[in-house]
Amino acid sequence: MNLRTFLLGTCSAVALAGLAQAETLTIATVNNGDMIRMQKLADDFTSKNPDIQLEWVTLEENVLRQRVTTDIATKGGQYDIMTIGTYEVPIWAKQGWLLPLDKLGPDYDVDDLLPAIRSGLTVDDKLYAAPFYGESSMVMYRKDLFEKAGLTMPEAPNWEFIADAARKITDKNNEIYGICLRGKAGWGENMAFLTATANAFGARWFDENWKPQFDQPEWKNALDFYVKLMNDAGPPGASSNGFNENLALFQTGKCGMWIDATVAASFVTNPHESTVADKVGFALAPDTGLGKRGNWLWAWSLGIPAGSQKADAAQKFIAWATGKDYLKLVAEKEGWANVPPGTRKSLYENPEYQKAAPFAKMTLDSINAADPKNPAVKPVPYVGVQFVAIPEFQGLGTAVGQVFSAALAGQMSVDQALASAQQLATREMTKAGYIK
Amino acid sequence: MARNVSTQRKLVTTAVAWTIGILIFFPILWTFLTSFKTEAQAIASPPAFLFFDWTTENYFEVQSRSDYFKHFMNSVVISFGSTLLGLLIAIPSAWAMAFSPTKRTKDVLMWMLSTKMMPPVGVLVPMYLIFRNTGLLDTRTGLVIVLTLINLPIIIWMLYTYFKEIPGEILEAARMDGASLAKEIIYVLTPMAIPGIASTLLLNIILAWNEAFWTLNLSAAKAAPLTAFIASYSSPEGLFYAKLSAASTMAIAPILILGWFSQKQLVRGLTFGAVK
Repeated sequence: MNLRTFLLGTCSAVALAGLAQAETLTIATVNNGDMIRMQKLADDFTSKNPDIQLEWVTLEENVLRQRVTTDIATKGGQYDIMTIGTYEVPIWAKQGWLLPLDKLGPDYDVDDLLPAIRSGLTVDDKLYAAPFYGESSMVMYRKDLFEKAGLTMPEAPNWEFIADAARKITDKNNEIYGICLRGKAGWGENMAFLTATANAFGARWFDENWKPQFDQPEWKNALDFYVKLMNDAGPPGASSNGFNENLALFQTGKCGMWIDATVAASFVTNPHESTVADKVGFALAPDTGLGKRGNWLWAWSLGIPAGSQKADAAQKFIAWATGKDYLKLVAEKEGWANVPPGTRKSLYENPEYQKAAPFAKMTLDSINAADPKNPAVKPVPYVGVQFVAIPEFQGLGTAVGQVFSAALAGQMSVDQALASAQQLATREMTKAGYIK
Repeated sequence: MARNVSTQRKLVTTAVAWTIGILIFFPILWTFLTSFKTEAQAIASPPAFLFFDWTTENYFEVQSRSDYFKHFMNSVVISFGSTLLGLLIAIPSAWAMAFSPTKRTKDVLMWMLSTKMMPPVGVLVPMYLIFRNTGLLDTRTGLVIVLTLINLPIIIWMLYTYFKEIPGEILEAARMDGASLAKEIIYVLTPMAIPGIASTLLLNIILAWNEAFWTLNLSAAKAAPLTAFIASYSSPEGLFYAKLSAASTMAIAPILILGWFSQKQLVRGLTFGAVK
């Protein structure tokens, strides 16, 4: 045997061994209850697909976003499946960074996906990511405190009622605050809440020519209303409260109302974590009678980077994780209350789910009421309810969030904050070429 | 002659020292205590200090969810590997600068330090591309190299100051006796600088162990060290403070224990040459 045949033989042996080896999918995901549950239940997938192995990279949301964005922008190829949100999908799909999901199989039933969620993940009629769970925002309130104050929460309240109720419930001596809202600066923290709320007040980020609108009276009304309400009926130090801080306040019985992500419903009603689990009621996010409610729309979804070598296996996994059978599997193993919400119509038609999740109807109504392609009262050139789906928004949203947070903390007036936001946005949008 | 210090004054300084010590240590103690609470107790207000139902449930949960040992081994390889490689490069460079300085030595030292002044995220994309093109993404080798490079200025600076304290005449004497350059560094200089080298080693292992920008951004599944292990338990939407505390305790315990045992060496090294 000469050297050449030996080398050829070795090469083909190595190649064959490679073929016989199982394919490994690396999945990047966020740390939340539903995703962790998916990891635990993934044995069901690997036992049905013995030729595919799974490797998980779980990271905190903001770290994950930075990590996967670097990877996909440089075509690093570290991940076969990425967990991304409704903010990333339209931007990435337009860049050609994501593969369209067209091989999810005949049983997948794409038409069963909730239309609002599906539309946020669709670009040019192609689905670029499959929703794993969806959420909107709603009012969570303490039924006992409302009763004590002689108030009844309507199913679809307006902001006037909310503000009035918040001021009545507030009892600062006993550390009871009428309303807890986000104040911590960040495009995904206070700006998610304020952008969605501003929609209800008739405000918008940009007009049809991408001109920032912070100098308009609608923004002034919205921000003024928020700052006054929080000063009168909010907890101290609200300008540093995000989702987690408000969750802790609500669970320890210090908030009369909290308007935030629907995913919080399962936390605040869990008796192991919450001291007020049996006293929580739900209502739609408030409006001001202009036709838009301040509820947002988000879906953690699974997508495949373009150029992936393992696209077929990855689609198989996505079809499993976001399919109807997965919902049944979770229900079987962990009960209906733990099924990832907000993605499929069939789940909300299921009587067992309706019984197990008291917040089901409210979640569905909130999601259905959000329209990412038409979020504000006036027309807008962008997609997104609580964000603007352009790459510049992360930086700009956080910068504006900082001045609004400063207004809440009393470091500047509402007028100063809005002027500053207008200036920041005009500069950024001009630099990025939106304003000619 | 020692100064006369009144008992009262001694008491005051002792109390102040203890207060500062406890203040600095408190976050670690609090993390440790929280790791034994349930999630509901972890956010309770007012918080319970010692009297709560101690539970080890969080540790079991963390262990069942992620492979601690794999992350631990990656951390060990990356921190020790980068520090040893750094020392190999830094000892000769510090020797050169301490014993045969030129007109530009000070500038070179300053230039090296200036590389630490740039925020790392500024070079993330070029670094990521280099790593991708050389196949170093998500490898321990890649992380060892990058941590060596970022810690090298500190290693060289520390060694340089220690070496400056060693009289050049001793090295000259070794040279007179016919020692080659390598022998001079290995058998004469290094043994005399052991306290300094040891504290540089320890400090850099700690720095590399805790480095959380590059290790998070250049690793995925295979080379992920304990920093990634902690990051997988933090969440902006969901209160997992007890589990996060358990994961943090597990991640810092090894380095804390190492620091505890080598405390004497570390302090001795850091104050080496302080008395002129």
